[in-house]
Amino acid sequence: MEGQKLQMHERSTNTQQLLWFFGIAACIKLLLIPSYHSTDFEVHRHWLALTHSLPLRQWYFEESSPWTLDYPPFFAYYECILSFFAHLIDPQIVDIHRGLNYESNTVVYFQRISVIVSDLCLLYGVYRLNKNLEFRKRTLMCLLVVWSPGLIVVDSMHFQYNGFLLGLLMLSISYLQEGRDLMGGFFFAILLCFKHLFAVAAPVYFVYLLRHYCWKGLLRGFWQLISMGIVVMVVFAAAYGPFLYHGQIQQVISRMFPFGRGLCHAYWAPNFWVFYIALDKGLAIFLRKLGLNIQAPAASFTGGLVGDSPPFSVLPKITPITTFIMVLLALSPCLFKAWKNPQPQLVARWIAYAYTCGFLFGWHVHEKASLHFVVPLSIVAVHSLEDARHYFLLAIVSCYSLFPLLYEAQEYPIKVLLLLLHSILMWHSFSAQITKDAAAKVTVSAKTGKQLSSLGSLSATVEKERILIGWVGKCYLFGLLGVEIWGQFSHPYLLGDKLPFVPLLLVSLYCALGMIYSWVWQLRCLMKST
Amino acid sequence: MEKKGKKKVLKDKADAVNDDDDLCWWFVHKGIESSFLCIAVFGLLVRATVSLHPYSGAGNPPKFGDYEAQRHWMEITLNLPVKEWYHNSTNNDLSYWGLDYPPLTAYQSYVHGIFLRYFEPASVSLFNSRGYESYLGKQLMRWTVLSSDALIFFPAVLYFLFVYYGNHSSGRKSDVAWHIAMILINPCLILIDHGHFQYNCISLGLTIGAIAAVLAHKDLVASVLFCLSLNHKQMSAYFAPAFFSHLLGNCLKRKNPVLEVSKLGLVVLGTFTIIWWPYLHSRDTVLEVLFRLAPFERGIYEDYVANFWCTTSILIKWKRLFATQSLKFLSLVATVLTCLPSMVQQILAPSRKGFLYGLLNSSFSFYLFSFQVHEKSILLPLLPASLLATELRGPFKLLMHYALFSMFPLLWRDKLIIPYVALYALFFLLYFTPSRRREAKIHHSTTLTGLSILLTFLYLCSLLLHIIYLTIHPPKKYPFLFEAMIMLLCFSHFVLFVFYTNARQWMLSGQYTSKVKEKKLN
Repeated sequence: MEGQKLQMHERSTNTQQLLWFFGIAACIKLLLIPSYHSTDFEVHRHWLALTHSLPLRQWYFEESSPWTLDYPPFFAYYECILSFFAHLIDPQIVDIHRGLNYESNTVVYFQRISVIVSDLCLLYGVYRLNKNLEFRKRTLMCLLVVWSPGLIVVDSMHFQYNGFLLGLLMLSISYLQEGRDLMGGFFFAILLCFKHLFAVAAPVYFVYLLRHYCWKGLLRGFWQLISMGIVVMVVFAAAYGPFLYHGQIQQVISRMFPFGRGLCHAYWAPNFWVFYIALDKGLAIFLRKLGLNIQAPAASFTGGLVGDSPPFSVLPKITPITTFIMVLLALSPCLFKAWKNPQPQLVARWIAYAYTCGFLFGWHVHEKASLHFVVPLSIVAVHSLEDARHYFLLAIVSCYSLFPLLYEAQEYPIKVLLLLLHSILMWHSFSAQITKDAAAKVTVSAKTGKQLSSLGSLSATVEKERILIGWVGKCYLFGLLGVEIWGQFSHPYLLGDKLPFVPLLLVSLYCALGMIYSWVWQLRCLMKST
Repeated sequence: MEKKGKKKVLKDKADAVNDDDDLCWWFVHKGIESSFLCIAVFGLLVRATVSLHPYSGAGNPPKFGDYEAQRHWMEITLNLPVKEWYHNSTNNDLSYWGLDYPPLTAYQSYVHGIFLRYFEPASVSLFNSRGYESYLGKQLMRWTVLSSDALIFFPAVLYFLFVYYGNHSSGRKSDVAWHIAMILINPCLILIDHGHFQYNCISLGLTIGAIAAVLAHKDLVASVLFCLSLNHKQMSAYFAPAFFSHLLGNCLKRKNPVLEVSKLGLVVLGTFTIIWWPYLHSRDTVLEVLFRLAPFERGIYEDYVANFWCTTSILIKWKRLFATQSLKFLSLVATVLTCLPSMVQQILAPSRKGFLYGLLNSSFSFYLFSFQVHEKSILLPLLPASLLATELRGPFKLLMHYALFSMFPLLWRDKLIIPYVALYALFFLLYFTPSRRREAKIHHSTTLTGLSILLTFLYLCSLLLHIIYLTIHPPKKYPFLFEAMIMLLCFSHFVLFVFYTNARQWMLSGQYTSKVKEKKLN
């Protein structure tokens, strides 16, 4: 009885705590309602309109706006449900013609608040993940996920529904960690039907589920395989069934995978290809100096909806297939590990690794995609110091790489303060965690009764362990400051309007360094684990 | 019963073990500096997000609002010589937002004007910039408030915290963090400064600095800071009785009272002389400036402010019954009379807590009874109340609620309802930060008395009135019916609060005398 009561109490404090974090974040998001929003805002509004006013079979054919529906069907259903409420509030929001570029207060409030409310899904994911953790780790996880500045920047300012989608991912991971593979697979399938970009982790899921869930003797294993297959098929049937019925699958697929877009997004995501492009440009200049006739590429990389013109002047052209193979290659050690020894506690790490690979080597990657691995990594960052150190750096770099999304003067203090606040909070919380763990270690070793002489060296190692970030990391982070100051102040002051792409290029290159470091670190960590 | 007692013991033990098992353990455990840093950055973030919203009189010609007033002062101070700032001339039309704050505000406008001129010269050019509104102009203006807050208000609060908690670190660390949040995330102040647009953070910051200096026994520094505050906004005079009586009480206790008092007097005179130097060359100019600072022609109250004169005007038409001259006298007498108890207490027995209570009581009596009070003046009593938040935990919550509520119509006119709701929720989330220890305390003290039933009833009424105000149009016969109701509710609560705090201040005195007696007996 007492135990049960205590558990109940713990659970209620857990929800209370989560709601507190959520409430504070929601207040900030409410205050951010009038902030800048990108074209994604109009994209989502248009989707509200087209799902509301058109029959299902026209959804993927509609072309009255350049922002055609290019997400999988579940997201369209989701917009359809939202559009019902939107219609109650202001019918013009969901009017497919009169609603184009509609910017009144009602639509802004409605869409902004729908993001805040749908973040409850993320909250539930976090709740499931941390319900069995100790108090401090719980608050730490809330801090890292619910107060994530990246999510606030992308969802509540730039405008998207990443919090909701990542919530589904977190839910799936929480089930996998508990060993409930069927539910984990179910939620991942749902997630895939919301946003197909999450499919990068599908190989990891496939291998893991096959080995961990289905590899249990011939008969039972076969039964499990069948049940998993049925679950996934049901989800996919629910999503794509209606379109299959109308015979539109090809149209849906072609909308979802627009390979006509370039290798890089408008602003280059800080990934591997930035180095490739930079190398190409450098080589072109170098060879031109040598007197060779190198043609400058026709299309610039920064042109937004660029076509498939090959913008490389020296190095070989990159095709989607190349990027696909590179992602698979980078993924292979992880798949191998997952095959050899599928462990539930490592799943979060593997999934995060898969998204890292997708981010670094993928085709037409958005800078926002870094959230896909930063948020799941917070699950492991809570548990070990090594991970905390890595996470600290990664979270800052990832958030900083989102800065170019908000380029207007109005949001400048906000994005800087968001990053600053998050770094300070992370710094304090991680170092508090480290000190506590180090203290625990000292007491443990003192209890085991080691000789006094070793205590000195012990305290030295403890000192070492207390350091959250080494001098290389510190220099790197201060370098970020330098890049920012150069881009914002020195560059316009010294060079004026010349070379306008340099500040953005610098941000990309510099953040890409951090991202590559994170990838190497994760790979090393993965190889070390048994 | 026994079981309950046991449980409590167990719980207390658990509390002792998990003393830092607070939601904010990660920064709280390191002390005031780190707590302050985290909360200050958060506070700045909140301020920056509030400043996204519209300012008073945005896109509302011909008079616009306080934003235009501040911008106009920058324009005037930047383009005219110092002597003409308060002088009505062809270049300076005082009827259009003429300067009516003391010289320090003018100097501050001058400095900010230089900043604006650097980035957007058109926004402060003489004559042409009237009603100037632009995207960058708004950002620059907002950033001047943000930077003033960060440079004056925040350091002053840090100084106060060091002095207040420095020598007795007995308080729970999470309580300190809570206190910092209560002072820095003051929704009223944020809404007025960063939403409506004003620079209260400067004068209030200087006042906090002065308060901290008094608590640190640096009376001369305190006098200088308070004079600066007075010279930024004459409204700081609301605190003058408390400063005066506390410092006087302190001087009287020392060996050489006359010398001490004259030292303070000289410092005050010196500070005033420096600030007023450009206007001291003739009597007329001084009077001209002084006349600008005291706008008696505006009447005893404006709009619907929850003070005595405005509330009782429902029954007694003060403006019709009395001439302005006699109203001035009447309000002066009422203010002084209501200040007097707390002043006397401080002169007789000056103490740290007593001083803070004195500030609260004197500023409240000014708010309730003085001449020409504005809704925004509630910020002044709120400041000492937030400094006393750990003392007045429960009452402070309700005070903040009614203070916000009293400004609700004003903020509604400014289109600041979203920040109002968000900051209201934020404040109460921070106020009720889940903490195991506090939870136990709260559960312990939930007893139903007549007063608490009344307060809950009033609270529910005010919540209901929010919704009514937003959704229902008032009857045509009484267009300001809801404003009057809001005013009445807030006023009645403020009066209750003032009675309570005055009583608390005098109870301190009782403690003090009993302590002295004990010492003597020993």
